[in-house]
Amino acid sequence: MHSITRRQFLKGSGATAGAVLLPPAMPGRQEVPTFPLHKRVGESRTICPYCSCGCGLLIATDSSGHILNSEGDPDHPNNRGALDPKSIAVRQLSTSPHRQSKVLHRAPGASAWEEMTWEQAIPLVARKIKDTRDATFQTTDENGVTVNRTTGLAFLGGAANNDEDCYIATKLARALGVVYLEHQARI
Amino acid sequence: MAGLGPTYGRGAMTNQWRDLKNADAILVCGANPAENHPASMAHINKARDERGAKLIVVDPRFTRTASTADMYAPIRSGSDIAFWGGLMSYIIENHLYHEEYVAKYTDAPFLVNEGFQSPAELDGYFTGFDSEKQSYNQETWVYQKDDEGSILRDETLQDPRCVFQLLKAHYARYTVDMVQKVCGMPKDKFLEVAQAFAATGAPDKTGTILYAMGQTQHTVGTQNVRAIAMVQLLLGNTGRPGGGVNALRGESNVQGSTDMAVLFDSIPAYMAIPNATKHKDLAEYLEKETPTGGYWVNKPKFLISLLKAWWGENATGRNDFCFDYLPKVSGGINSYAWIALFHAINDGTIKGLWIMGQNPAVGGPNARFEKQALEKLEWMVIQEIAPTATTDFWRAPDVDPASIPTEVFLLPAADAMEKEGTIVTSGRLIQYRPKVAEARGDAWGDIEIMDMIYQELSRLYEAEGGALPEALFELNWSHGSDFDKICQEINGYYTQDVSDEDGNVVGKAGDMVVNFSKLRDDGSTVCGCWVFSGYWYPADDGDGNVLTACKRHGQKDPGGLAMYPYWAFSWPVNRRIIYNRCSADPEGKPWSEDKAFIWWDEAEGKWTGYDVPDFVATKGPSDPGFADPYIMQVEGKGKLFAARNEGPFPEHYEPLESPVTNLLSSVQFNPVVKRWDVQSGEEVGDNVGTAEEFPIVCSTYRVCEHWQAGGMSVWLPWLVEAQPEPFLEMSVELAREKGVSNGDRVVVSSARGEVEMVAIVTPRFKPFSLNGQVVHEVGMPWHFSWQGLAKGATANFLTPHVGDGNTGIPEYKAFLVDVRKAV
Repeated sequence: MHSITRRQFLKGSGATAGAVLLPPAMPGRQEVPTFPLHKRVGESRTICPYCSCGCGLLIATDSSGHILNSEGDPDHPNNRGALDPKSIAVRQLSTSPHRQSKVLHRAPGASAWEEMTWEQAIPLVARKIKDTRDATFQTTDENGVTVNRTTGLAFLGGAANNDEDCYIATKLARALGVVYLEHQARI
Repeated sequence: MAGLGPTYGRGAMTNQWRDLKNADAILVCGANPAENHPASMAHINKARDERGAKLIVVDPRFTRTASTADMYAPIRSGSDIAFWGGLMSYIIENHLYHEEYVAKYTDAPFLVNEGFQSPAELDGYFTGFDSEKQSYNQETWVYQKDDEGSILRDETLQDPRCVFQLLKAHYARYTVDMVQKVCGMPKDKFLEVAQAFAATGAPDKTGTILYAMGQTQHTVGTQNVRAIAMVQLLLGNTGRPGGGVNALRGESNVQGSTDMAVLFDSIPAYMAIPNATKHKDLAEYLEKETPTGGYWVNKPKFLISLLKAWWGENATGRNDFCFDYLPKVSGGINSYAWIALFHAINDGTIKGLWIMGQNPAVGGPNARFEKQALEKLEWMVIQEIAPTATTDFWRAPDVDPASIPTEVFLLPAADAMEKEGTIVTSGRLIQYRPKVAEARGDAWGDIEIMDMIYQELSRLYEAEGGALPEALFELNWSHGSDFDKICQEINGYYTQDVSDEDGNVVGKAGDMVVNFSKLRDDGSTVCGCWVFSGYWYPADDGDGNVLTACKRHGQKDPGGLAMYPYWAFSWPVNRRIIYNRCSADPEGKPWSEDKAFIWWDEAEGKWTGYDVPDFVATKGPSDPGFADPYIMQVEGKGKLFAARNEGPFPEHYEPLESPVTNLLSSVQFNPVVKRWDVQSGEEVGDNVGTAEEFPIVCSTYRVCEHWQAGGMSVWLPWLVEAQPEPFLEMSVELAREKGVSNGDRVVVSSARGEVEMVAIVTPRFKPFSLNGQVVHEVGMPWHFSWQGLAKGATANFLTPHVGDGNTGIPEYKAFLVDVRKAV
């Protein structure tokens, strides 16, 4: 219920503010076939987010999208239902009370976070990126070659992110002129 | 990646996890799959149960994998090339190599330039070293060619200038005795391992080598991997079921994040980022980056389709397809790679840092330095799922927040189950994950977060202008955060109706391309990552259901080799084993019946079998290049001789911090590696220790119950209960010497700092005897920090700020420490 409230709020406030274009409302939990012999809450297939074995998981959620159970997918040829400690514990990733659930801002010199809304944060973030990029942008190098880059802005991506997350990150970072683009495939 | 690419043509795991069951021997060196890739063990054990395969482990520590192995040989961290060189020498001297494979499928017969000399002749250097520039002039590292440009060769492998003979001479110094002295590996253990694995050189046998960060995270990491790839060429194991070089990636999507080029030196799918000194415009880029042979002759199609994906209708032939909107670099790893990047933060060049799921305060080398560098940022934006030592670096226990001016935005992100996406497992298998759970609170997926930021940036640039605003507001962002549209762009589609020579329409505007063979260089196709092409295209699941290729769950397994070609989608074009032309002999017949994989069907006039041929399917025995299996290479052959920054053959050099002097030459340390020297001598700086002060070798590693820098494990109660804190693992002998008992608190110190943790005294480490000198090694897991339910000292406070000579990957796996009992 909580998430629905949030989305309604975001949609409403995005329309009035006009400045921030929020993502279109996402569909609810994806329709997946239920397995008649399994839990009636409905199970979805996914892939473990930890190591690179790519093991299959079955995730059961309640009607509000909270995970009730996770187990190995017996049909997946990589693991045939078997899991290791991390993949068995995967539901705690989603259900943990320690997960980051609020937009947080830390002012210069401050000793604590303050909560923000996306409507407040996104314009500030975009402003930081734009100002740093514009102030440090280099159009040509000392030989007159067009370089169109910024050295004032760095982007670090992640190797646990999806392919499509990484693609969008690369596309956006390069369009900004970022040359300091790295992640742990190197480390 | 940097080791496999130049040897085989692609920087990727060659086979599949499930294919491990087809091996006759499995050599694990620099990995611990029983703990870090547990699912692989089922397939390994299947090979042992069903084929009598041998599991061989070479590691500094008697790991959980070693405890289940058929044989184990200890090796000192940082001495891998001495071992691989010794193995190659053993294989050659005892004539155990796969002779026909070596002669036909590799560059072994090619003659090398007369001027080329190797470290045996030049005391540790190859020809062309410039000590001032710390780099090589590589003009002699080339093959000899005749007047028509054809490479001179001797398929009898006898010519003293052929690659095979040069290789043999180079590794003649790597004797069994030398392996024992450098690696601390007892002679009988080396011979046992060498004999067992070299047996896979028989044409009907195959063996696989598994490695992970234990090979790559060294100042010679690229050359370690090169050496492994070369062993597999000599034994004829690559491109065949049960063979290959299998890089066990540490995270669920390292392969995919690399394919997508979240790296300074590339753009998606293994094309170079433009460089100001080499590529002033598109024409010069294409001229210099497109080779004269091999599959990469298609690079212009891939690049222009990428530029069309990024700048859409604005990218046309009249404006070089917006090539100039791509930034150009003016340097390499010493300017931009991870360690250089943190020096640029430290010196104030970088003012703003945007992070998507990354924790350098725990995972970075010399992490105290990197953490302190963050304090110099003007601002940091971080997309993260849980608090980490990086999100909250400004209030770490040892800092005064008031003194840190950095403004920080923490944007809550959805985890893997709470958003839609695909990931690539080690075997290049692209698997789809639906959104199966709701994110908590205000969290969004990373795509939605970046879309919100882009939309606002675009609005600002249209309203206000600024530096090159066109690169942003002309950016093709028609996908927004629509996942399906993003996938179609990555897969590739036609921008207009495309006809063949006879005028038949072969592709309609807006239709997805079936795979990258349809891409064109005239702007009529779009493709965001050409190796992925086909992953979003409809395909049969083997049971008559047609669905998006990477979403398939087909269970059919023709041939019974566990390839499961109808399960998900393996790039490129669903090939399960790359270079699979090698699974047949030069005439196109399987090397052995039980490993028949693809073969030439004379009656049908094409290649057939259980995989998509990694080869032109209709190329027959009378066609040129019929025995050239390495299609990404200009010469079509696997390369035993391939230039990397340190040389064309791997040569042993000691780690930056080593307890011994190099026995193989007077060159102690990789001569092309930059020694960083910022704030040296200060409490936090690029400090380097000596063996006098820090006599013990240390390596970091992972435990099964935790994950990388901890972000996805240190908050999970079950995992915290299983592994609550970091520890130092040490030998019984060293513990006795230091007066430490199992369970005592110990202080581990290096030139970068000190950490305190509990000691685990075990016989899993044994002292090494190196040329008469006794050297101890210890190890510790690196997942921890002050954040999380599992808290503890950060191992990377100890690791050095130095990287590999080709990639800059830090040397986490061999550095020097001392240990004392905590008081």
